[in-house]
Amino acid sequence: MKAVCWHGTTDVRVDTVPDPKIINPRDAIIKITSTAICGSDLHLYDGYNPTMKSGDILGHEFMGEVVELGSAVKNVNIGDRVVVPFTISCGSCFFCNRDLWSLCDNSNPNAWMVEKIMGYSPAGLFGYSHMTGGYAGGQAEYARVPFADTGLFKIPDGLTDEQVLFLTDILPTGYMAAENCDIQPGDTVAIWGCGPVGQFGIRSAYMLGAERVIAIDRVPERLKMAKEQSKAEVINYEEVDAGEALKEMTGGRGPDSCMDAVGMEAHGTGLEGFYDEAKQALRLETDRPTALRQAIVACRKGGTVSVPGVYTGFVDKMPLGAFMNKGLTMKTGQTHVHRYFRPLLERIQNGEIDPSYIITHRLKLEEAPHAYEIFKHKKDNCIKVVLKP
Amino acid sequence: MASTSQDKQNQDESNETGRWASLIGGGAMVLMGLRQRSLRGALTAIAGGTLAYQAATKKGGIQEALGMDKTITVEKTVTINKPAAELYRFWRNLENLPHFMKHLKSVTVISDKRSHWVANAPMGASVEWDADIIEERENEFISWASVEGADVDNSGFVRFKPAPADRGTEVKVVMEYAPPGGAVTAAIAKIFGEEPEQQIGDELRRFKMLMEAGEIATTEGQPKGS
Repeated sequence: MKAVCWHGTTDVRVDTVPDPKIINPRDAIIKITSTAICGSDLHLYDGYNPTMKSGDILGHEFMGEVVELGSAVKNVNIGDRVVVPFTISCGSCFFCNRDLWSLCDNSNPNAWMVEKIMGYSPAGLFGYSHMTGGYAGGQAEYARVPFADTGLFKIPDGLTDEQVLFLTDILPTGYMAAENCDIQPGDTVAIWGCGPVGQFGIRSAYMLGAERVIAIDRVPERLKMAKEQSKAEVINYEEVDAGEALKEMTGGRGPDSCMDAVGMEAHGTGLEGFYDEAKQALRLETDRPTALRQAIVACRKGGTVSVPGVYTGFVDKMPLGAFMNKGLTMKTGQTHVHRYFRPLLERIQNGEIDPSYIITHRLKLEEAPHAYEIFKHKKDNCIKVVLKP
Repeated sequence: MASTSQDKQNQDESNETGRWASLIGGGAMVLMGLRQRSLRGALTAIAGGTLAYQAATKKGGIQEALGMDKTITVEKTVTINKPAAELYRFWRNLENLPHFMKHLKSVTVISDKRSHWVANAPMGASVEWDADIIEERENEFISWASVEGADVDNSGFVRFKPAPADRGTEVKVVMEYAPPGGAVTAAIAKIFGEEPEQQIGDELRRFKMLMEAGEIATTEGQPKGS
């Protein structure tokens, strides 16, 4: 089959590789009909994860049709149209039982790698480096899905791929991030990053009762989408100081909650931005946390900071003094996709949201190298790419 | 009446055995309490009482008699979301162990107490030993030790302790083994890994996967680009 393989920093290629096969009784094989590139794939593309190996198949946002089932999978059938959560979860451990699916104890065969850095390992993920399991991803014609009896969600007839594809990751991720904002009536939510997760964060914050949502970015077409389609007020941080603007826009009190939908490759300005880029380039710091620093400082006293943006390692110069003295709460985590799948599918079915509005590019799987290139550099107004095998 | 030195020794031995029993049954880290004792000696002492006090001290015990001064001890605990009885039953059938202990080729049960172990060594070779169960308490505890003449002298225990509020079972493994040196050392390193803590930890994790999820997560055999 054809698959998008990582071969080194900014080097992805479409290789011909063997088809996946059933390995464990709870596996399924999916013939992929749609797959997307996630902003978090760019962290791998840019070489910031030291546990990637040449030849690894990328991709964790994919859906398709069941073509083969392991002997223990009884709740789906060959031919079913399914969406696959990006987190791999066993469904029977302490964490899965508590609806904390992305913290599954049993899905990461390389848990020891993560334990050395994080103490304990979260769940295995598709196509997201060896520290999260080294599972082959879904930017391919076929994929093997472990624990398929908990990790496949059937799609009702009448919904297109584009309407449901983002249930794999970014729609639940934006939604959980908004839920983590602990939104109360009258609240203002500030969101750093107007990429796909930020856009869905805006929409979800409104769904959960936010009075106002203010989005922060510097890319004109992303700010435009945030304003016109996601209905946020916007701040271009290259034109004004985001913190000052937020203070003025919120009556001098500050946003009630702040969301970092940017993560480890934030673009800073001035000396601070230079500091982080230099340290990251020298591998003295794995992550550049500009957005998170700003979110902590901008948040009102007693507010909540929600972090859907991906971090993998260590950061410098965190304003913990502001965090502690202002009595903030921070909520974060990889998304518990299994928890949000059905409620969000219902919102799609009843027309509350059609997530396909963020798609700017529809390309063939073979065009993946080009797709990564334009997505990374935000060329051609690229916000979200869907690949068709 | 003044106590004799024999009384004193009996007293010490009994205190020590009691301390060990409570250490193994409790929530503390067992190896922190090992001090100068060999694990084998301590396990034997708890099971059989007096005979073992000499053997329980490293200096002058079996270790020194065999010229082994470099024992390796490992302790690992994992909580498994299953009742102790179910986990104990699986483990007590020692022939099940190779399902999750990757380095084991086979375990053959010879009698109620004795079993024969075969482990993979480099270059297709293998190392073998017989082990006896020293003590077992149903659904709670199994301790074992290799018998004389083993390629790898080893001993240890596994303990199943219900976690509070139906949070599953805490499974603790404590092992001690003595690399005999020479040519076999390389084989031992392979068997127990260069980082024995990690190896035993990984085996316990695979046991947990097998018990909770019904299978062991793996990517062996999946496709990749060249």
